[in-house]
Amino acid sequence: MTTVFGVPLAVILGQLMLGLVNGAFYALLSLGLAVIFGLMGVVNFAHGALYALGAFAALLGMKWLGLNYWVALLAAPAAVAVLGLAAERALLRHVYKLPPLYGLLLTFGLALVIEGTLFQLFGSSGDSYPVPEALRGAWNLGFMILPIYRGWVILASIVVCTGVWFVIERTRLGATLRAARENGALLQSFGVNVPLLFAATYGGGAALAALAGVLAAPVILVTPHMGSSLVIVVFAVVVIGGMGSILGAIVSGLGLGLIEGFTKVVYPEASNVIVFVIMAVVLILRPAGLFGKE
Amino acid sequence: MNGTRIFYVLAALFALCVPLFGIYPIFMMKLLCFAMFACAFNLLLGFSGMLSFGHAAFFGSAAYATGWLMTAHGCGPIAGVAAGVGVSAALGLVVGALAIRRQGIYLAMVTLALAQVVYFVCLEAPFTGGENGLQDVPRGALAGLLPLKSDLVMYYAVLAAFVAVYLLIRRIVHSPFGQVLKAIRDNENRAVSLGYDIDRYKLLAFVLSAAIAGLAGSLKALVLGFVTLSDVTQANSGEVILMTLVGGSGTFFGPVIGAALVVTLQEYLSDLVGGWVTVIIGAVFVVCVLAFRRGIVGELAARTFRR
Repeated sequence: MTTVFGVPLAVILGQLMLGLVNGAFYALLSLGLAVIFGLMGVVNFAHGALYALGAFAALLGMKWLGLNYWVALLAAPAAVAVLGLAAERALLRHVYKLPPLYGLLLTFGLALVIEGTLFQLFGSSGDSYPVPEALRGAWNLGFMILPIYRGWVILASIVVCTGVWFVIERTRLGATLRAARENGALLQSFGVNVPLLFAATYGGGAALAALAGVLAAPVILVTPHMGSSLVIVVFAVVVIGGMGSILGAIVSGLGLGLIEGFTKVVYPEASNVIVFVIMAVVLILRPAGLFGKE
Repeated sequence: MNGTRIFYVLAALFALCVPLFGIYPIFMMKLLCFAMFACAFNLLLGFSGMLSFGHAAFFGSAAYATGWLMTAHGCGPIAGVAAGVGVSAALGLVVGALAIRRQGIYLAMVTLALAQVVYFVCLEAPFTGGENGLQDVPRGALAGLLPLKSDLVMYYAVLAAFVAVYLLIRRIVHSPFGQVLKAIRDNENRAVSLGYDIDRYKLLAFVLSAAIAGLAGSLKALVLGFVTLSDVTQANSGEVILMTLVGGSGTFFGPVIGAALVVTLQEYLSDLVGGWVTVIIGAVFVVCVLAFRRGIVGELAARTFRR
């Protein structure tokens, strides 16, 4: 059998595939962060909490309303988007004129409120969400057995990421959004409802986080704090990619997932921290991030 | 300014007489440790304009170092605490050197990520006791003579350390070095154009803040007699930010008041509302950012000057 570093190739490929699944989540989450930051200038610390909220929405939708996975895939992000919209109108819009640190602190408080409430209502033990009927089973790829659901996660993430990238970088709507960030007052004088655009952007970013949460629900335990350590990794991903760069967020999310998977094979003890180590190296060599402009 | 002096005399009298009032001494010591932690954090955020989202790493690593040396190696309290401060200062040098390569929110994210590395190290390392943490950390005796086992002696030792740190921070901020830090905080580019090597100033501020945060952590390990993973978590980093923000960042006494409020809140509120404390803390964060950015002391000072 072929081996690399004394490890069978099949094992490496298997871990890389799992790494890619993780990377799919990193990409989706850092994409949402990059959209919110790039268009609104707010670092959304509540992203991990919104991700957990998405998973809970799917779980409760199933338990209380009998909604299936496919409905949840649309309904949960929609519900979280409404919440995000409300949070933007009630709270977040007041900090745009302040130094960006206040946006970070505000959303941090928001994250504590969301996670604390989920914890109080549903406890910390968590619950599992069944894999939908149509995506059960596994494919034999020759070098590994890939559960179909994990393949679906990778596919869904890539499709959504490409879609969001296309909307923001290549459509008129995206151009309007970018213009709102560049010069909101001027755009408003053209008759565009800029405050609405900002609210919709935060709602959209929240929906992306929630979508990641629904996608994750069948593969991990749904707990109130499922997003709180993930969001730190995603922050590191964003620092590596260069904040505000949407393509950078997608590419570095997937890439770092792969690297993390590879680390699990060669030096498992370091797999928890490898992303942070890479971040340190990038900071030394290229402080603006791999795709950042500065 | 006379009012300020009277306030300090009253505060000092209160602190000295606390044991007479029958306030639980452990609670007061814990409060002083967190007040010191918040003052250290404030040196960075309030006076140098750097928001570290990973200060628990310094607090916790020093607590672990002290706890480990005193439990497993029979170190005395002075050596143990000094080693803790050394560890946190060294860590501050590494984290600071990386973090100051970016500014503002990026610096916050970098410190958050690096603190997470420290958390994982504390979780996995063989000498930290993993999920259990370190239990039964002895207090030892000061210079081999004064037994710190007595809460009264320990209280005055912690109080003395706190007063020393408080005066040190005032001295730092009022020194030429501190003036440069404030200049960097207010306008970084201007400080550069005036010819200051701002990276050196920022790094030194970072190391000083980390070292003081470490002192607070080490003392906390002695006071409570245990070190747990919660000392190095992100939640702890968040709380110190809240303390500073509530009390008034960029004021000297604000972080002390903020720490007193938050620690008291946690102590008494958790009996009343249980786990809702996290939600309340989050809500206080939101309110502070939206309506109360100067904090209690900052707000009071602004009113006095307006009059």
